[in-house]
Amino acid sequence: MTGDSFQSPYVPNTDLDRRLMLDAIGVDSVDDLFSDVPEGYLNYDLDIPSAMDELELGRYAAQLASMNATPGDYACFLGAGSYRHHIPAVVRQITGRSEYVTAYTPYQPEVSQGTLQTAFEFQSLICQLTGMDVANLGMYDGSTSLAEAALMAGRVTRRGRVSVLKTVSPLYREVLDTYVQARNIEVETIDSQNPKIEEGTACLIVQQPNFFGYLEDLQALSDLAHSSGALLIVSADPLSLAMFNPPSKYGADIVVGEGQALGVPPTFGGPYVGLFACKQDYIRQMPGRIVGRTVDTRGEEAYVLTLQTREQHIRRERATSNICTAVALIALMSTVYMASFGKRGLRHVAELCYHKAHYAAGLIDSIPGYSLPMEGTFFREFVVECPLPPERVNRMLVERGIIGGLDISEQTPNGMLVCVTEVNSREEVESLADALAEISRDG
Amino acid sequence: MSELLKRLDTDRRKLLMDRSAPGRIGTTLPSLDVPTSDLPDSSLLRGELDMPEVSEGEIVRYFAQISQMNFTIDHNFYPLGSCTMKYNPKLNDEIASLPGFTEIHPLQREETAQGAIRLLWELQESLNEITGMAGCSLAPMAGAEGEFAGMLMARAYHLERGESKRRKVLIPDSAHGTNPASAAMAGFEVVSLPSDADGNADLDALQGSVDDELAGLMITLPSTLGLFDSNILEVNKIVRDAGGIVYGDGANLNAIVGRVKFGDLGFDVIHSNLHKTFTQPHGGGGPGAGPVIAGPRLVDYLPVPVAIRRDGEDGDTFSLGRPPKSIGRMGAFHGNFGALVRAWAYICTLGREGIPQISEDAVINANYILSQIRGCYTLPYDRICMHEVVLSATNLKRENGVRALDVAKRLIDYGIHPPTMYFPLIVDEALMIEPTETESKETLDSFIEVMKTIAEESSSDPDLLKNAPHNTPNTRVDEARAARRPDLRWRRSEH
Repeated sequence: MTGDSFQSPYVPNTDLDRRLMLDAIGVDSVDDLFSDVPEGYLNYDLDIPSAMDELELGRYAAQLASMNATPGDYACFLGAGSYRHHIPAVVRQITGRSEYVTAYTPYQPEVSQGTLQTAFEFQSLICQLTGMDVANLGMYDGSTSLAEAALMAGRVTRRGRVSVLKTVSPLYREVLDTYVQARNIEVETIDSQNPKIEEGTACLIVQQPNFFGYLEDLQALSDLAHSSGALLIVSADPLSLAMFNPPSKYGADIVVGEGQALGVPPTFGGPYVGLFACKQDYIRQMPGRIVGRTVDTRGEEAYVLTLQTREQHIRRERATSNICTAVALIALMSTVYMASFGKRGLRHVAELCYHKAHYAAGLIDSIPGYSLPMEGTFFREFVVECPLPPERVNRMLVERGIIGGLDISEQTPNGMLVCVTEVNSREEVESLADALAEISRDG
Repeated sequence: MSELLKRLDTDRRKLLMDRSAPGRIGTTLPSLDVPTSDLPDSSLLRGELDMPEVSEGEIVRYFAQISQMNFTIDHNFYPLGSCTMKYNPKLNDEIASLPGFTEIHPLQREETAQGAIRLLWELQESLNEITGMAGCSLAPMAGAEGEFAGMLMARAYHLERGESKRRKVLIPDSAHGTNPASAAMAGFEVVSLPSDADGNADLDALQGSVDDELAGLMITLPSTLGLFDSNILEVNKIVRDAGGIVYGDGANLNAIVGRVKFGDLGFDVIHSNLHKTFTQPHGGGGPGAGPVIAGPRLVDYLPVPVAIRRDGEDGDTFSLGRPPKSIGRMGAFHGNFGALVRAWAYICTLGREGIPQISEDAVINANYILSQIRGCYTLPYDRICMHEVVLSATNLKRENGVRALDVAKRLIDYGIHPPTMYFPLIVDEALMIEPTETESKETLDSFIEVMKTIAEESSSDPDLLKNAPHNTPNTRVDEARAARRPDLRWRRSEH
């Protein structure tokens, strides 16, 4: 037997159990069960650390966690696709229930109605928020939703060119490049000032608000896309939709987005949930899991995974995508978050973000040396042009207990992308402004 | 059932929007502590927003009540083949919930996230060592995304060598559907490779399929038949000699972890489903994590990012880097960090002593089930299995018209989650049973008794099986109707 004196708390078999079972199987030793492994290839060398007990591991994990600067100790003004918002306790409590946490994908509907019904709630609320006809149960994150939407537009239009505005997140554009690199799809990055798209374009991809935090003119972009028969794909910030017009109002064909802002902690980048919604006509080209409402043999309402003939386990290499994850638990977080804040609360949180971001922008704009180089309407992020390289500014901010905005000097000269949400107190905002003034003076 | 009871049942399942009443709210609203600014032009602002209005207590009761309709690992034996439904340690959830992990922003400066990046590096090192590979990226957010990444790496490798004609990927007919779908997304043409009478890859067919257009092979080890392909060295050699890349689907790593290393066997690239072998909870279908782990030939092509350690005078520092020939970014940030923390904690808990015990007990448990229900069900491949056993209900179907589906649904009546059904596709009436190492002999014995009882019931009272389950909130559902008339969201008009 391996394992020496260590007994895993996760394994109930005792040596006696093993002996009895090996006898029943009719073999002498465990190695006999591995007789199909080519001779000489059983390899027990395992150069990893020794087992840690719960107390020891708890301490070590806490030590690693404490090496990360967290908002308890630092004011944080980062956004750019991951946002800090207050998450009501009820969201954690419900999504911590083991009935949701330790269930599998709901392949057996009779014993999965809990997961299935909450999934149906998620789809419904995402449709209502985006204004679209149908939504799936979620993709890995907002960036893969966007990439999959581009692939879907190619299937719908049977065209091979994708146009993406330069104001879409550079991280998202990188993921798009990864996803299309093996397809006959050409990605064209276009300027948002005077956008033009070429013939044979499958879709125009727009982010709303854009990477810099500002609203795009969706009506003009929609007209541009549709005039050449391209689909309009909008990567929308879901919280902004509580305040601003939904993309459906401008004729968007596919709406994607990062669901993280709706009740999911930043968690160093994941897990999140990619939102994916579209017009009814395109439903059979959608990727991902979809839950439908039907009836059981007694005629009672029931929920079930549906339209599965699009999917990999049926269609294999002809599937709409290889995805089989639905990120159901994170979708549930968003669902409970939307239910908790509800109609009034979501609008309230969105407006708080708007007012706080504008207050911060006003303060920073009035500091000598700093300016706001971009025009237009912004939501909870805006661009600041700093008098020094943002890299230096941020280094000095950390010394003052502040995690500054994102350095976007690659996109715009000395640019810093500052994000302010309802969790940033007035005191934090003012200390940011004070620190920036000081840095500019002493810098 | 009385009308009242029936109505109460219906009420319990009312959707959020149908529980809504104007003025209710489910949480307190944060206050505004700065002066207001002018709102933008009203033409930009949203009018009506349809969202629920429910109180906090109603939300909790609703979600708690419907949660009771799920079978879960915490409540039920869940021998769902190929899914490795093992116990999910509670400690891992607590560690992953530390604010120092949940509250950190992915774009924080690296010197303010050293603990997180160090954890990623440690996990990479452990996965490299456990699988015998050279390098690892934790970026892929699911097994299927890991497959996609690995196959993009194979493509980049061939392209760099000027071998763009290598477009053919061989995939055994027993493979998960994600394999062909991932290969197709990576631009390859998929050719199905038959299995031989023992369930191994058919060597003659393989020899006949390799040529200078071969890009590689995707093979699951052990296979989805629950078998360790005893010709694996020969299979990998044939593919590599023909210039192909060998991709290993690590979905079934639980069977061999701590005892057999993919790297030793000649695999070029693999993925590991951390939500299977390394206990990230399945969450009703996600999130998972599917790190892609490469051998020497493909390590430079790994996706972004890879955690790197640097020795320094003041101790080690950690950063996130881009491999020299990287295929690019698989998601906006660094992968599903929350899932990675749990896998890391699991590996720390078991350590070098406990990891080999996983495969030992997973394989004993599966073979024990096999030995005890032999004779009651058809065995398509009657040989020693690995961590799961694939049965067939063809004998029951022939004798009494009872199908694998009926056996599966009857198990629900006994409080057991059904095995995977009708997969792999090459086995008729397949029932794929994976007990995992975290189940006791007592649980296995009662499962065996139930399986034998169901086999008897199939002849004594076949309708009992055909109408099962009998005690669930819903009986069997009309899937055809769901697909024919898609009803995918709440609508006001119908209420």
